Amino acid sequence: MSVGIPVDQILVQTVNGLVNGMILALVASGLTLIFGIMDVVNFAHGDLVMLGGFVGAGTIAATGNFWIALVVAALVVAVFGAALQISTLRPLLGRDPLTTILATFGVSLVLQKYALWQWGPSARNLPEPITGRFDLFYLQYPWYRVATALLAGIMIGALWLFLKRGKYGIWIRATTQDRVMASAMGIPVPWVHTAVFAIGAAMAAASGVLFGPLGGVTQTMGADFTLRAFIVVVVGGMGNLGGSILAAIFISLLEAYASLVVSPAQAVIVSFVALILTLLFRPTGLFVPTPK
Amino acid sequence: MLSLRDVHTYYGKSHILHGVSLEVGPGEVVGLLGRNGVGKSTTLKSVMGLAPPASGHVSFEGRDITGLAPHHLARLGIAWVPEDRRIFRLLSVMENLRTGLDRTGVDDARRAKLLDKVYAAFPVLRDRRDQAGGTLSGGEQQMLAIARAMMLEPKIILLDEPTEGLMPRMVSQIREIVEVLHREGVAILLVEQNVALTLAVSSRVYIMEKGVVRHQAPAADLRADQAVIHQYLGV
Amino acid sequence: MTRAPSHRGYWIGFAVVVTLLTIAPLVLPPFWRRFVTEILIWGLLAMSSDILIGYTGMVSFGHSAFFGLGMYGAAAALLTVKPPNLWLAIVYGLVGAGAVAVFVAYFSTRLREIYFGITTLVFSQIFYVIIFTWTEVTGGENGLTFGQPGLGLPGLGSVPFTPDLLHWFVLAVVTLSYLLLRRITQSPFGMVLQSIRENEPRTRAIGYAVERYKIVAVMLSGLFAGLAGVLYAIQNKFAAPDFVFFLVSGEVVIFNVMGGIGTLVGPIAGAAFFLLVREGLSRYFEYYLIPVGIIFVLMVIFLPQGFLGFLRRRLNQ
Repeated sequence: MSVGIPVDQILVQTVNGLVNGMILALVASGLTLIFGIMDVVNFAHGDLVMLGGFVGAGTIAATGNFWIALVVAALVVAVFGAALQISTLRPLLGRDPLTTILATFGVSLVLQKYALWQWGPSARNLPEPITGRFDLFYLQYPWYRVATALLAGIMIGALWLFLKRGKYGIWIRATTQDRVMASAMGIPVPWVHTAVFAIGAAMAAASGVLFGPLGGVTQTMGADFTLRAFIVVVVGGMGNLGGSILAAIFISLLEAYASLVVSPAQAVIVSFVALILTLLFRPTGLFVPTPK
Repeated sequence: MLSLRDVHTYYGKSHILHGVSLEVGPGEVVGLLGRNGVGKSTTLKSVMGLAPPASGHVSFEGRDITGLAPHHLARLGIAWVPEDRRIFRLLSVMENLRTGLDRTGVDDARRAKLLDKVYAAFPVLRDRRDQAGGTLSGGEQQMLAIARAMMLEPKIILLDEPTEGLMPRMVSQIREIVEVLHREGVAILLVEQNVALTLAVSSRVYIMEKGVVRHQAPAADLRADQAVIHQYLGV
Repeated sequence: MTRAPSHRGYWIGFAVVVTLLTIAPLVLPPFWRRFVTEILIWGLLAMSSDILIGYTGMVSFGHSAFFGLGMYGAAAALLTVKPPNLWLAIVYGLVGAGAVAVFVAYFSTRLREIYFGITTLVFSQIFYVIIFTWTEVTGGENGLTFGQPGLGLPGLGSVPFTPDLLHWFVLAVVTLSYLLLRRITQSPFGMVLQSIRENEPRTRAIGYAVERYKIVAVMLSGLFAGLAGVLYAIQNKFAAPDFVFFLVSGEVVIFNVMGGIGTLVGPIAGAAFFLLVREGLSRYFEYYLIPVGIIFVLMVIFLPQGFLGFLRRRLNQ
């Protein structure tokens, strides 16, 4: 059967899908972690990506070094995230989930307008830290894209290790499973929440910086990332870290393949459809074992 | 050491505790009996900050701890073993223990000793060390819950219905544990439906009815004359 | 449960407000005249959203879809049928919004809160993308422009809308909608909706077919939101995809929360407040949304009942 689309195009899109998927996975991991531990749907998560991108851009302008910018952006946004959680989310713990959605939505609005105010409406393009291309079929494929995927993968891997081993990883997992009992065991749950939010924010910020050379940083990019991260988190199973990563790659691949037949703006509908199908047939997540 | 004075607690609009007062001295084993729904678990939760009192006071070692968050109380030396055990199902047995073991100020030697002590008391936990908590049987989970509490090296353990749903052989194992803990000087506030067990291990017993303490007596007296128990529990 | 305020005082207040709004176009300068009309339209949208958020307890970020479909539906009628007919525009708009509402209604019965909210958000975006990219039909990014129909009454011919006449027409539609929705929310049906919001499992256990109530609630909400879209299209003579973007839904939710959910009037007040603030502040500080956003967040934390709820509690004390 002839597909009508050359195989090498499909393979190139596979690589693109994987690269985008890894960045999305980095964003979605933070979101799902935050939801899993404190039942907060962080509407402002994408805007943390955006903030990271801008802070990174500013740091590069000041120091000329991409890697320093990556670290600085992650740290700055982590601290900001912690402050945000303490001031707006802690008071809302235990209330109707609607309130956290509304509160984070409000925060998102403020962040977007703040970015517009501070950095203006035009996009910032970050310079690639690793230049050079290699031959990928008919394209000159940027090394940087591959590096991005690897870096994102390393960061996610580091997160995974941190959670699985070590005292604080146990604290986080215990609090995620049963916050009441965790508290009764002496685990300082409010601080664990803050720390997890900060970690999620740091990962989002890192994504923003990594994405900078690929797509530029503008104050409206937040909404797009938030929406995609939501879709990924739901499809992967809310609170399920492994699921989010798989779902991020899955959805990015779908979109990459779809953009072979429709325009990229329309390719995004594929992810919407994936979400709706998931909600209809496997609402707990596609990559989660069927619940008993 | 632990005292509740006139504690009133609500769940939403339901008035569960109508002025509960009781005391547990250092190293004492005190039983709390009563029918289902009478507020025994709520009493423990009121101590542990999980159902903060609307009025009244809870104090521990002279300090007012009313309504403090649970993690503070754990650090002060109060451990809670809930009715449904609440094992961290996705954590291994070892990780479950570590939630209590990994405290600041405990050096490696002491940790190793604690672990050995608990494994000696509960050999099956050593065997199942790396297994997920959710795969353990009911009795094993109960043991893990108690072992986990012991990791906090508490001064008092709030034990909520430890023998519920357990086979007789396990019940006597629980009894042994309680006695071991008592010998080590750990106080225990024991909520139970199993009257015989309670009378066997406690020095004093409170009986609750409809959210208040109705009767208080040394266990010895109640062992001798069970009429009061029949009156309140209909057993 | 939300109870009706004391009757006489309420109706007097109502009459006063309606009278003021009727006189408004005669005394206000043109800009403000138009502005009041717009407030009414957004108020209608916010009110429709309140049916779901305030009464049934379902957060929807999808109202931009209903609004947008109403707008584009009206555009379709006004562009394809000559001479442009007001009532046809309304019908097309309602049909468009209603079709979306059917989908959303289906999902409302299958999904819990957060998932429902996210799904409605995604729906908005689906329509946004379709409208944005299907340039041949929808005009894409630039939207559609069309002529304004006249107020056509059967047998009497058509009278072109002056801004005043349009304002009164909108006022009439919004007032009637308000009265109708008020009647519905205070009926036994409305009481069931509120009980669903407060405790869904219990309502189900008592024996109510919760799914059916939710479906009707979504349809109602969607239709009135679509009506708002039609009015907007008629007033402004254009339809644009911006209004379908999910952030618009977010603004609607802000109106609801600030004004006070579950009150019908609250959201209208919230819309008025927000739009006025936007007008006022944006002259002095272009980024007025920053302080407004912060106030909104603070309100969510400290004043979840919104202004109206807060006032009501104060008055009751």
